[in-house]
Amino acid sequence: MLAEWTNTIVQGVLLGGLYGMFAMGLSLIWGVMRLVNIAHGDFILLGAYVALVFGETAGLHPLAALPLVAAAMALLGYALQRGVLNRTLGKGLLPPLLVTFGLSVVVQNLLLQAFSADSQALRAEGLTTASLQLGESLAVGWFPLGVFASALLMGLGLQFLFARTAFGRKLRATSDDHETVQLLGVDEKRMYALAMALAFALMAVAGVLLGMRTSFAPTDGPANLLFAFEAVVIGGLGSFWGTFAGGVILGVAHAVGFRLDPGWGLLVGHFVFLAVLLFKPEGLFPRTR
Amino acid sequence: MTLVSTHALTAFYGDFQALFGIDFELAEGEVAAVIGANGAGKSTFLRSIAGANSADAGAVRLAGAPVGGLGAPRMARLGVSLVPEGRRLFPSLSVEENLLVGRSTGRVGPWTLERLYRLFPRLEERRAAPALQLSGGEQQMAAIGRALMGNPRLLLCDELSLGLAPVVIKSIYETIPQLAREGVTLVIVEQDIGIALGVAQRVTCLQHGRVSLSGAPAGLTREQISAAYFGH
Amino acid sequence: MSAVRVERATRASRIAAAGAGLVLVAGISLPWWSDAGTMRLAVEFFCFLVMAQMWNLLAGYGGLVSIGQQAYLGLGGYLLFALANHAGLNPFLCVPLAGVFAALVALPTAKLVFRLRGGYFAIGTWAVAEVFRLLLANVSMFGGGSGQSLRAMAAIPRATREPLAYWFALAAAVAAVAGVYWLLRSRHGLALTAIRDSETAAASQGIDVAFTQYWVYVVSAAGFGVVGALYYMNILRISPNAAFDVNWTAYVIFIVVIGGIGTIEGPILGTILFFVLRETLAGFGAWYLIALGAIAVVTMLYFPGGIWGAVQQRYELHLFPVRRWLRKA
Repeated sequence: MLAEWTNTIVQGVLLGGLYGMFAMGLSLIWGVMRLVNIAHGDFILLGAYVALVFGETAGLHPLAALPLVAAAMALLGYALQRGVLNRTLGKGLLPPLLVTFGLSVVVQNLLLQAFSADSQALRAEGLTTASLQLGESLAVGWFPLGVFASALLMGLGLQFLFARTAFGRKLRATSDDHETVQLLGVDEKRMYALAMALAFALMAVAGVLLGMRTSFAPTDGPANLLFAFEAVVIGGLGSFWGTFAGGVILGVAHAVGFRLDPGWGLLVGHFVFLAVLLFKPEGLFPRTR
Repeated sequence: MTLVSTHALTAFYGDFQALFGIDFELAEGEVAAVIGANGAGKSTFLRSIAGANSADAGAVRLAGAPVGGLGAPRMARLGVSLVPEGRRLFPSLSVEENLLVGRSTGRVGPWTLERLYRLFPRLEERRAAPALQLSGGEQQMAAIGRALMGNPRLLLCDELSLGLAPVVIKSIYETIPQLAREGVTLVIVEQDIGIALGVAQRVTCLQHGRVSLSGAPAGLTREQISAAYFGH
Repeated sequence: MSAVRVERATRASRIAAAGAGLVLVAGISLPWWSDAGTMRLAVEFFCFLVMAQMWNLLAGYGGLVSIGQQAYLGLGGYLLFALANHAGLNPFLCVPLAGVFAALVALPTAKLVFRLRGGYFAIGTWAVAEVFRLLLANVSMFGGGSGQSLRAMAAIPRATREPLAYWFALAAAVAAVAGVYWLLRSRHGLALTAIRDSETAAASQGIDVAFTQYWVYVVSAAGFGVVGALYYMNILRISPNAAFDVNWTAYVIFIVVIGGIGTIEGPILGTILFFVLRETLAGFGAWYLIALGAIAVVTMLYFPGGIWGAVQQRYELHLFPVRRWLRKA
């Protein structure tokens, strides 16, 4: 009994790594330019579909296609920010939300049109089913473990980028005071575009790993957004590790919920989110700014 | 050689006109002081030169080339750095990180962290502290340093003395002639007329967006300056 | 100095008021000169009009972008089924009750979601809609995930229930437009317009921004609740995925953004446009939504005032004037 619950919690933690990955892109963009991209989940899904195309046309294994997908998505993110989203900044609350909401509708329906509503999956035989035996009754899949490790690496990478590199410094400075940073030679529009390109690359990785882990359909985008969002709220704004922790908590909530009753799986996650919102609205691990 | 000049420079904030045709000239290596009452347009004038306010292409010239309206990042990379009013250090960065962001102009020159720390030893002591934990004077030094890290040809300083004690103001202004000797041309906007005239070779007084007086400090009487400042 | 007086109407608005009167008479008499299909379409039209006015009130005036108002639409619909199918209440009575119920649920919900700001508030409202959807999908009394049919309506003869449903919808639409218009002309409207223009400035003038946004949210919820009951009374079948579908919000956003956010005329124009487009682009499937989304994006970027905003700027046309003008006496 205990072993089964331990197994459930471990699965939840590993799943939470993926949610943390979803959330990092969202959190990064909000941190740098206070923009919430409502199409976030749809773009994650786009990453999975791009990998699917690479797989079907060039026969590439999803992991081999990953760098290509990330590069393609990064370019898309840069172009999107420069061409569309930069125009919505500094004009109030409505434009960024309404434009990204419109983009969400467009992306979802483009995917529907191109790939139909059927579920797809990225084929990676063997990799996704192999498991590591820990003790008597606990088996941990290599793939979920790998996803979790990737999420950790992503968090460490972002942490390093922001704290130690010139680019990260410029991003933080732009986020602090985007007028003054221009006086020092930093083009804020370019900074935002580069940040979005980075976020899109992260979303591409998340999308490919998601597609390898489970089947996906064009209408799954909003669910990804919700998970990313709930992870950010649970964990708290302002720190990547907080967001990561939020993702893990959400993953455990889902795992526990599904174990109790398949119809209630997602609801447990929502209730945890609502509870945090009610009792600790700043999140469980916020970093005060 | 004239490094920076403005010709019939105008500036607007929406419908409000802040500058009504400012003519200005400064030779390389010189220090100019721009004085005037609040709202006279001094900050707007600096911002227009720095590219933070839009201007007609020919209204601002850098070494003869028209640079009006190029935008602040371009101007910074061309060697025009503005130390903004109120310091405006980046709160979530440390002192040293603030200075390092100054390197974003990509310009090559003599200014490095070591050299800056020699000029402002207090900053080295506090290099790892969050920028806003510094005293007003230290923050001002850091703001100047941050602009210097961009290796500017022209340094524009907006109200260095704002909110600082006289002793601190004095020590900051002692570095101005040093900077001039190192080859930096300066335009200083200042409320404290005495200290501004002490470091400048040229003084320009603005009143309601127009030049009311211009010349070398030595050749101007207190009465002339007062009249130009207040307008009677 | 010559004498001046404060005027609240324009020539265009007087003409429009007369025109509206004619339209209303035509509308009321519709059941006598058209068929069931047209009435059903009209009910749908009125539903979207009410939703558009409500969402516009929330976003265009209250400054709150919610992408989860479908939560209250679904709740309104399910209340109808709960009371009519399972408690034997007359379905028509359920319509106003749905509004009240939605408002009651909105009261505590607002307290929760208002802890979030801006973009996170928007997603939070969506999360709430998701919670309601999942909760109701788990209730077997309502047919769980596959939903159920409104048997209670079958008891009423068609010749009665169809016109009646139509008139209820018409009344709701008139009430929504008139209500919003009255609201915006009152001092509450001034507060809302101030908040729309600048929250901080409004607060500094003594406007209780939080409280104003709070009751605007509740009123908007009530409106969506009423629409939920009306809509599902019209199509007679409900399911959680349909009732809480985020596409409701997508359509409404399209309507308001393209029609003209922050105006009363805009949502009316937008709803008309939406239905015209829907009928003409009916056969294009997903391309229809792609086009809608793309037009909304372009409009928001380059014509933030929508069609009516552009008209208003160009011609100074006010059919529902909420401002005051100073004219020579």
